[in-house]
Amino acid sequence: MPRFLSISYHDEQNRPAEAPSAELQQRMGELYEEITKAGVVLDMAELAPTSEATKVTWSGDKAHYTDGPFTESREVVGGYTIIQAKDKAEALEWARRFLEVQGRYEPTTSVEVREIAE
Amino acid sequence: MSERNTAETVETVFRIESARIIAGVTRVVRDVGIAEEIAQDAVVAALEQWPESGVPDKPGAWLMAAAKRRAIDLVRRRETYARKLAEVGRSLAETPPADDPADADDIDDDVLRLIFTTCHPVLSTEARVALTLRLLGGLTTREIARAFLAAEPTVAQRIVRAKRTLAKADVAFEVPYGAERGERLASVLEVVYLVFNEGYSATAGDDLLRPALCEDALRLARVLAGLMPEEPEVHGLAALLEFQASRAGARTGVDGEPVLLADQNRTKWNRMLINRGFASLQRAGRGPYSLQAAIAACHAKAVHYEDTDWPMIASLYTRLLDVQPSPVVALNRAVALSKAEGPAAALKLVDELSDVPALRDYHLLPSVRADLLESLDRRTEARAEFEKAASLTANTRERDLLLGRAARAASGEPPGPASERP
Repeated sequence: MPRFLSISYHDEQNRPAEAPSAELQQRMGELYEEITKAGVVLDMAELAPTSEATKVTWSGDKAHYTDGPFTESREVVGGYTIIQAKDKAEALEWARRFLEVQGRYEPTTSVEVREIAE
Repeated sequence: MSERNTAETVETVFRIESARIIAGVTRVVRDVGIAEEIAQDAVVAALEQWPESGVPDKPGAWLMAAAKRRAIDLVRRRETYARKLAEVGRSLAETPPADDPADADDIDDDVLRLIFTTCHPVLSTEARVALTLRLLGGLTTREIARAFLAAEPTVAQRIVRAKRTLAKADVAFEVPYGAERGERLASVLEVVYLVFNEGYSATAGDDLLRPALCEDALRLARVLAGLMPEEPEVHGLAALLEFQASRAGARTGVDGEPVLLADQNRTKWNRMLINRGFASLQRAGRGPYSLQAAIAACHAKAVHYEDTDWPMIASLYTRLLDVQPSPVVALNRAVALSKAEGPAAALKLVDELSDVPALRDYHLLPSVRADLLESLDRRTEARAEFEKAASLTANTRERDLLLGRAARAASGEPPGPASERP
């Protein structure tokens, strides 16, 4: 059964200022429960903002460090999920369910679904 | 940008939801066979309607509602069901109106009831396994047949007969409580474990591993852990399977030949699964699966084979032998003791096992004996034992490995690593 990395992107500069409504939080909780009980999620996490990130590059035989935020990028990785599904169609359906909830809170969110090479 | 193909969406949603839908319908009609047919009818309805109306926002709930509506219709309509109607009257009253979003707790309970039904002791072990994979794992009859190297009609027959047996025995659609619960849960866990084990060390054929079967079992274990978080042994089983599965990538070499635990490239062990194993182990108990998981954790913790905590493993096997006395456990304990205290003491224990009828055809007994004899430099005897072990396994990969070791024992090369299961 293949594994998929679902990377969620959002527009970091235009994030909603207020927390999700109680109703939306409840739906997020329900979705989390659903995927846990379906036995498909192996790992999932939200990432800290890019202002706390550091990019390490290699040139001239040396490591170079650039602290975030990285102004050139608007869409940044906001979180990831690793799931195990029968096929890509199943992984896409879970991504759709995630967006159905998350998209109501943050409409710019998008999810990229990629199979993990074994 | 494009919309996904509707037919594919229907199929995918059904695959994800089928266990829940079949479970929900079974609560109404009290018959897993009829429930499966009704669930299929709902899929047909979706295939007809979604291309027109568009995919609903909650496609899973749509399918569930459509199936339940059919189930209720069926129960009400058919005269032959008049008698049963009285029996199911209560559950009909409990069933939410078909267009209400289904209550998540109800669905969870139904899925659990379905698992306890398909693993019911009234069925043979083979039937339990086939029916569970079919109704809970969503596998087709062909997939089950391929996984167990059985003929498709045989498996189809087995499933039909299992459904009939359940109907005839009037098996209650419930999760047992009280004294019965432990026993029935053991039967559920056994089915999941058997499926995993068949995938993990295929008893016959050319593949040592059938990864798909392992993954189906692991998924079932994760589902169970999500549905019964209060049962420590469920977490124990989940932990055990996560640890075992973490080694899958290292257990076979480039040509599909088995690689023994001592020789495995531990960087190929899947760290994420190992971490999941440790997380489940924290919630595990002291039952047989939990103890086996604790043993697997000892191997997972050892960065190099030489770091393995054999005294700890030996003491865990001693505890396991207490809760689950079995000659195979005794044999494994002997292996651990040979690492902790040397081969001579272990050989004595293994010799005591050689008369046990249950181990007469078990290839790992002569294989372990051969290891011990080899490390005691009794090479001629070691060779004979390796050959005996090779003659007892139906797995060609394992046989080749054992014959190779027989030849090496005779040639006087330094002894190889011990034969714990890879």
